[in-house]
Amino acid sequence: MMSLTKTHKSLRYLGLGLLALLILGPFILGFWTSLMPTADIAKGILISSHLSLANYVDAVQQTAILRYLVNSLVISTLTMLAQVFFCSLGAYTFVFLKFKGRDFLFYVILATMMLPFEAEVIPNFATVRFLNLLNHYAVMVIPFLTSTFGIFMLRQAFRQIPGELKEAADIEGLNHWQFYWRVALPYARISIFTLAAYSFLESWNQYLWPMLTTFSDKFRPVQDGLRQLQSQETFNNWGMIQASAVIVVIPTLLVLFVGQHYFKNGLNEGATK
Amino acid sequence: MEAGHSVPKSQPTVKSFVKTAAKGFNVHVNDKYYAAAFLGPSLLILGVFVFYPMVRTLYLSLFLTNNVGRPTVFVGLKNYVSLLTSAAYRASLTATGFYVVGVVVLTLALGILLAQATVQKLAGIQWFRTIFSATMGVSVSVAAIFWLFIFSPSVGLLDQIAAFFHLPVINWLTDPGWAMVAIIVSTVWMNLGFTFLILFGALQMVPPTLYEAADIEGASKGYQFWHVTLPMISPTLFFTATVTLIGAFKSFGLIDLMTAGGPNNATNLMVYQVYKDAFLTGNYGMASAESIILALVIALFTLLQFKFLEKRVTY
Repeated sequence: MMSLTKTHKSLRYLGLGLLALLILGPFILGFWTSLMPTADIAKGILISSHLSLANYVDAVQQTAILRYLVNSLVISTLTMLAQVFFCSLGAYTFVFLKFKGRDFLFYVILATMMLPFEAEVIPNFATVRFLNLLNHYAVMVIPFLTSTFGIFMLRQAFRQIPGELKEAADIEGLNHWQFYWRVALPYARISIFTLAAYSFLESWNQYLWPMLTTFSDKFRPVQDGLRQLQSQETFNNWGMIQASAVIVVIPTLLVLFVGQHYFKNGLNEGATK
Repeated sequence: MEAGHSVPKSQPTVKSFVKTAAKGFNVHVNDKYYAAAFLGPSLLILGVFVFYPMVRTLYLSLFLTNNVGRPTVFVGLKNYVSLLTSAAYRASLTATGFYVVGVVVLTLALGILLAQATVQKLAGIQWFRTIFSATMGVSVSVAAIFWLFIFSPSVGLLDQIAAFFHLPVINWLTDPGWAMVAIIVSTVWMNLGFTFLILFGALQMVPPTLYEAADIEGASKGYQFWHVTLPMISPTLFFTATVTLIGAFKSFGLIDLMTAGGPNNATNLMVYQVYKDAFLTGNYGMASAESIILALVIALFTLLQFKFLEKRVTY
């Protein structure tokens, strides 16, 4: 390809820089104001000379923000582990086990991908109230122990496993559990990691369900926690709200960047064998 | 396991024996026990939290309900009729349609722009790729708080910029039209990280030889974009479009935090309406009917997506 002229090149960087500003703007503004005294923010001053971490200290001391983070971490981790386990077992069933009505069952399960959870909250709320799960970690984990999407995705991954591997395992005398654990899971590790990341984020981002089912700071996850901070006593304390939002966003940003790096290496590893 | 050693009830023919032996011993005999153990937990959860609630919602939608959600009087399709003839619900449908179209079009257009901007070879381009994917790490309430501040009256960034340039101040969150714009912008921003990553992946898969050939033919960059790039990434584009669309139909968090469906119900989208009717006013029958309508809309688009993906897999 022809080498770019200098002006052409700097124009490209200018364009990229503008796009980056568009994406990063809200982050930068949120971070910047989190360092400012709320009094300055309220006066409409955006260039303050009184920058400090006071808002973070306030957020940690006056609100349950750290507790919300721990709650979310517990809930999302449990959900992620459960989904990887139950979805992979379910997917295995649809690829390696033969029984009557298997394909019919698969299509029935697949059909549930069309049903949005948002349209089912009314009976689900009644169910968890009946099961006495309200206001507990369990209420945010149990309904999401498995997912149709996960089963579907891992089924696709397991189907890539060469038939010879299964035949060799049969001759070796491996039973299904052993084949699942020692061969199928490691073979589909990229898809497993993808599902793990997906289910963790999905759980972390839950908003409507925890809002309906948790009532105390002891179990409230971050999304609902921020809603609580934003709507209640601290309203108008912009500095502290921004600091709370920054505290919440940092872990997921870190996971995203580290994950991207790791994921890329994982892919390369797979490509070179 | 013991069951594996039991003798099959029917006498195996030579042919079937050879077939079984070829695949190894003990094949498929106790598959159904494994299936029960492997699939059982998933089936139980899906049954209780996905199948049952759908049937129950459909059932409730045909009744009047009391304040704890128990059905009282069977009314048939009356809930649906009164919904579809109510100006307020039709306004909610219109608002949802407007929001969904706005979100999908802007998310895709900007997603392609970001992806296209980073497929070029430039020093440090890696940094821009990382930045462009950043909003994937932003959860809904964080996005809502950041944007709430930007759009907030007088202290917010936009009002300050307007004041600085002596422009008319816009009441972003209290003017019905602008509130819709505000939540669309916030949603698009939140969507961009994921959309960028997916579309960037697709662009990287386009064989460079296609562009080289087009260069030789003397095709302009614009022509190449419309006639090489877009057709090549169209399956991914379609996938991204349906995922974004379905996500937009399910929007709730941003609405709840930024506008609470207001002002004047201008941003009262479908899920928010369900929430209000069920959990704020206790009108469960009506909310169930609204849920069914929502489910039908989403099912329709999911089916479309399945159909298309199926085609893609088999091409």
